[in-house]
Amino acid sequence: MMTFHLLKKTDLAGWQAHLGRMLSERRVFLDRVRGFLLGTRAHYGLLFTLLVYALLVAIGFVYLYPLLFMLITSLKSPADLLNPMVQWVPTELYLGNYVKAFRVLNYPSTLMASILVSVVPSVLQTVVCSIVGYGLARYHFPGKSLLFVLILVTFIIPPQNTVIPQMLTYRQLGLLGDLWALVLPALGGQGFRSAIFILIFYQTFISLPKVLEEAARLDGASEARVFLQIAVPTALPAYIVSVIFSIVWYWNETYLTVIFLEGGIQTLPMQLSRFVQAYQNLYPPGTVNIFDRLNEAIKLAGTFLNILPLLVMYFVLQKWFVESVERTGITGE
Amino acid sequence: MSAPSRPPVSLRYRTRQALQGYGFVAIWIVGFFVFTLVPLVETFRYSLNHVLVSATGVEQTFIGWQNYTRALFTDPTLVELLIEYTLETLLSVPIIMIFSIIIALFLNLKLPLKGIFRTVFFLPVVITSGPVIRELVSQGATTVPQIAQSPLVLDFLAQLPRALRNPVEYLMTSFILILWFSGVQILIYLASLQKIDRSIYEAAAIDGASAWESFWKITLPSLSTTNIVVAVYTIITLSHFSENRLVRYIYAQTYDIKGGIGYASAMSFLYFAALVIILLIVFLTLRSRAARV
Repeated sequence: MMTFHLLKKTDLAGWQAHLGRMLSERRVFLDRVRGFLLGTRAHYGLLFTLLVYALLVAIGFVYLYPLLFMLITSLKSPADLLNPMVQWVPTELYLGNYVKAFRVLNYPSTLMASILVSVVPSVLQTVVCSIVGYGLARYHFPGKSLLFVLILVTFIIPPQNTVIPQMLTYRQLGLLGDLWALVLPALGGQGFRSAIFILIFYQTFISLPKVLEEAARLDGASEARVFLQIAVPTALPAYIVSVIFSIVWYWNETYLTVIFLEGGIQTLPMQLSRFVQAYQNLYPPGTVNIFDRLNEAIKLAGTFLNILPLLVMYFVLQKWFVESVERTGITGE
Repeated sequence: MSAPSRPPVSLRYRTRQALQGYGFVAIWIVGFFVFTLVPLVETFRYSLNHVLVSATGVEQTFIGWQNYTRALFTDPTLVELLIEYTLETLLSVPIIMIFSIIIALFLNLKLPLKGIFRTVFFLPVVITSGPVIRELVSQGATTVPQIAQSPLVLDFLAQLPRALRNPVEYLMTSFILILWFSGVQILIYLASLQKIDRSIYEAAAIDGASAWESFWKITLPSLSTTNIVVAVYTIITLSHFSENRLVRYIYAQTYDIKGGIGYASAMSFLYFAALVIILLIVFLTLRSRAARV
């Protein structure tokens, strides 16, 4: 009885040990699987990664949907447009819409005008904003906080609250429709979104070490020379970011440009907003055959031609765009 | 030496510094007077006058606050547009902020290919100009048609009170557009996420906090000042956008025979006031939240 009991006990113990080992192996395996799928502290799990990618791809698609729609519609021939079977894949690569849109937009000259109107004020605005930002970052003077408040106020004031008197003055001076109408405010640090650029330069200059500048000052360099030869070169990334953002914003700004350039320079977005009218001037309705009537494909081709230069610029300078905030350090402190 | 009687050298240094500082900012101060303050005051003067622009110059007849009373009490369009604008902005701002935070959190993970997604999400910033958006909206490219035109949504819209219907419809028809305004915001959030000290998360994890708890207790409180910056930026971008219906209405009235410059100026100031009120509401809400944390 006793021996039997003992035997049974040892047997049971061995069996238990075996079971325990099996269970723990199973647990390790399960842990691994769980770690692989759900993630551990060291890395993200497969399920999690897949979920994030799926979400990002889905949102990315929604995000790009208007652009894809535009690109594909603009490549449809009139027959494809009427065919309800053709949704996403046109039956042929039809470039006729682009040819027409190119002519209607008067592309070469409006493109040059757009480049002129966005690059010149942008460069000047960046230079002025950097000077102002440097003054704010490096010198103490009474009224500095008031100045900051006023700079923020210029950011908030809607353009329509200041634009009409300016327009009337320009008209009197004969500057309406001229590049000067955009250049002058930029020169006064009141260009399109100047406040943001001033703050960018303020942030940049305040985070640069002062040592070099002080050394130069001890060597007898004037303030202007310290700024030009020491501060400006070290702040080069901020200059690049400011110029490219400024170009983009000036390019896309239409409220001010329409008012200030009225009757003068025609930019691409301005020409796009009077696309229908311009089309009918070139292809008078009633005189052209049915395939040359204005349709949405031609309009979207025009829209695509409109954003094409910016797209090219974006993909060339991608890094500068997506790293702009890190490079200039605007996060709200 | 006691503080009040400083040596003259230091005083001179301080005045010199101040003068040099003024030298750098002088150009902005001049610009502010010429291109912002004077036109602003002038616009305000227009808003109190009946303004006639002729070939020879500008004729003004003083009519007091009549332009304002007309805009607020006689013209039904402006008040309606103001209400719509306020509701749309107050609806869009949280959507843009939440969307940007979510995307920024995703892009802050250590994932391969996140650079591509960053490029995608920033792309709209580069191309959103008024006429482009107008073309895209008019061709129905900014909405997913299956959602916006489904009977369920149309039924839902029909049951809403009139004041709410337009803003909600705007949400439905321009949903992608609203998301398109998040490009810069995503970058700002991303930069502030990267500034949060990793060791706080590690300490929390050792104390047994889950990722969910860490998000609410560490990440979100660290973003409170960023929230204010993003909210203000978003409101201003939406309000200054040239396709904003109010902006377009005011612009149209400027050149209208019945409207005129004086009337448009009065409306501009009413619009400005609405914008400031929205900014204050959002700023105070976010600041009290930030103070509590």
